[in-house]
Amino acid sequence: MSDITDTAPLPVVGEPGSARPGIVQRIRDVWAYRELLGNLTRKELKVKYKGSFLGFAWSLLNPILYLVVFWIVFQKILGAGIPNFPIFFLAGLLPWNLFSTSLGSGTSAITGNASLVGRVWFPREILIVAPIGANLVHFFLQFMVLIGALALFRVAPSPVFVTLLPFALLTLLVLVGALGILFAAVNVYLRDTEHLLELLLLAWFWMTPIVYQYLMVVESLGRYGRLFMLNPMTSIVITFQRALYNHTTTGGVDAADARGIGAGSKIIPDASVLWYFRNLALVFVGSLALFWFAMWVFGRLEGNFAEEI
Amino acid sequence: MSKAIEIHNVEKRFRLYHEKAPSLKERVIKFGRLEFEEFWALKGVSLDVESGQSVGLLGHNGSGKSTLLKCVAGILRPTAGDIRVYGRVAALLELGAGFHPDLTGRENVYLNGSILGFKKKEIDRIFDDIVDFSEIERFIDNQVKHYSSGMYARLAFAVAVHVEPEILLVDEVLAVGDEQFQKKCLARIERFREEGRTILLVTHAADLVRRICDTAAVLDHGELVTVGEPSAAVATFRETLVRRGLEVPEEALDNPLWDHSQEVRITSVSVKLSDSSRSFLPSGDPMTVTVGFETRNPVDDVVFAVSIFNDADDNVYGANTSTLGLEPQRLSGRGTTTFRFPSVPLLDGSYKIHLGVHSIDGRVSHDHNRDCTFVISSDTKSAGIVDLAPEASISIDRAERRATG
Repeated sequence: MSDITDTAPLPVVGEPGSARPGIVQRIRDVWAYRELLGNLTRKELKVKYKGSFLGFAWSLLNPILYLVVFWIVFQKILGAGIPNFPIFFLAGLLPWNLFSTSLGSGTSAITGNASLVGRVWFPREILIVAPIGANLVHFFLQFMVLIGALALFRVAPSPVFVTLLPFALLTLLVLVGALGILFAAVNVYLRDTEHLLELLLLAWFWMTPIVYQYLMVVESLGRYGRLFMLNPMTSIVITFQRALYNHTTTGGVDAADARGIGAGSKIIPDASVLWYFRNLALVFVGSLALFWFAMWVFGRLEGNFAEEI
Repeated sequence: MSKAIEIHNVEKRFRLYHEKAPSLKERVIKFGRLEFEEFWALKGVSLDVESGQSVGLLGHNGSGKSTLLKCVAGILRPTAGDIRVYGRVAALLELGAGFHPDLTGRENVYLNGSILGFKKKEIDRIFDDIVDFSEIERFIDNQVKHYSSGMYARLAFAVAVHVEPEILLVDEVLAVGDEQFQKKCLARIERFREEGRTILLVTHAADLVRRICDTAAVLDHGELVTVGEPSAAVATFRETLVRRGLEVPEEALDNPLWDHSQEVRITSVSVKLSDSSRSFLPSGDPMTVTVGFETRNPVDDVVFAVSIFNDADDNVYGANTSTLGLEPQRLSGRGTTTFRFPSVPLLDGSYKIHLGVHSIDGRVSHDHNRDCTFVISSDTKSAGIVDLAPEASISIDRAERRATG
């Protein structure tokens, strides 16, 4: 007899009385399986561009191609007149890309891994978190491009507001984690979810101030301007724009580019760090609550995943 | 002894929808009332497994045995009741679950290991053993999608058994690879057992249950029919099959190769060579094979058989006590049967001894043993199997001699 029986503590699968482990326990389980999380994240990264000629370069090309298209349409054809448009656009697009790709892959994470879910036990939440991790790596790569663009356009980020970025990123991750877990669970039972999500993300993109200025919408909404803040992505995106783009008005910059709107037009609020922080904090708290709710729903539904997929 | 698995009053209900994967549209149209049938796969099953025990779960297709195993593995959640598992679990429900075709064998070993809950360091330590066991050293850095199904299964099995779980859950995965590899898998599982690990095995191969398990449980339509000694459980299992009018799966039949009545059991086999200090038998020396047996009840018309096979599985010699001139015996209690070979004139090589006990008409096989081998070493330079040891002489005719001279 070896020393197996002495090994302590032994994990218990399924709680007595209630077959459903609590949320805290499940978060602990995910932590215990962090090795798998790392491996699955690496797998996502390796597999995504496997066999493609450009490989990881696609991750960088994607936002650049987006940029070219939107620059032509908005700056040249529609004449939106935002100075240093590439910086403004990328500052908003990169967090949005992280959000939309993570939510997309998270939602189909359970149904897409049917063979795993049906055959092996591990904390299912990992399947949703892993693609978020992979997208985070892409995000950082794309961020390098953005930093390159900052140097190219000689735009200096605001050091004070840059300190808010880690918090903005964390908020984004909690938000997308919560939505991903919620949608992934629902998608097992209603496969329409992932198709619906494509439309939702398209609408959501246009409702977020990425290609246009936040203040333009707020001003046209008048006293309902605050409603725009109901979109949690708004707070996150404008924080990125404030920190990296670092112009609050068109005034004082390249006037040729600013022909669409008068010099001095507002782009993003010239508010204090505290204002931005407060907006983010509200989203963060809301996301945490949503996360808890998502975990609760996921916990109720996951018991039947193996038989439903 | 501590408990490894506690299954308490577990029930599992499946809903069988008449149409698969209901969409939102259907749900809206039917106000969420989809037609389904309820199906109870498990109806209040309770079973405790002691630590270090190996338990076989027998049952016909649809008896709920795989469902129960999946519940223990945590893949399915019971509708009612609870299951506690004490220890690190590796579930061999399907080999290679979690292998990604685009990754290499090496990457998949790490991925698969971490799916089973193991750290990189732990896998580093056993990586070489895994590769050795799977016999795919040359291909370990190739993408798994280029593997043959046998290679795939071997690698997957190697990972699962090398991560050294405290509890191993096995679901009929032994039917992979060639016979050679199956033997290796079985040997590995038997070693697991000797090391005091807990095994829960789902199968309908009765022979496997007898070989590996201390206890067997029989499930029939979601209910636990019996838990007990493997032979008795196998008998009950067959009864349930017959009673239900179900086709008895091949593995559960009395196939003389696989399954034996065990009315007469071989308890020991020993091979005595002429010189016990040597590990081989010089060609032509005597050899004695002794078979110990026991019976629970008196058994009539018993015949013992002995066969010798060479490496190429050619039957070099075969006989039984009847063909050797002994009357079929009525046996009861314990005893020994001895085959005394005055001379074994075989040539160099290793040989296997197969021993069997069966009825005189050959219809009932009681037991067999194929574990004995011996090695022959001969001084001659002759080729073949049997040393016929001819005397060679050459004589020369005078006439011929004159002609050539």
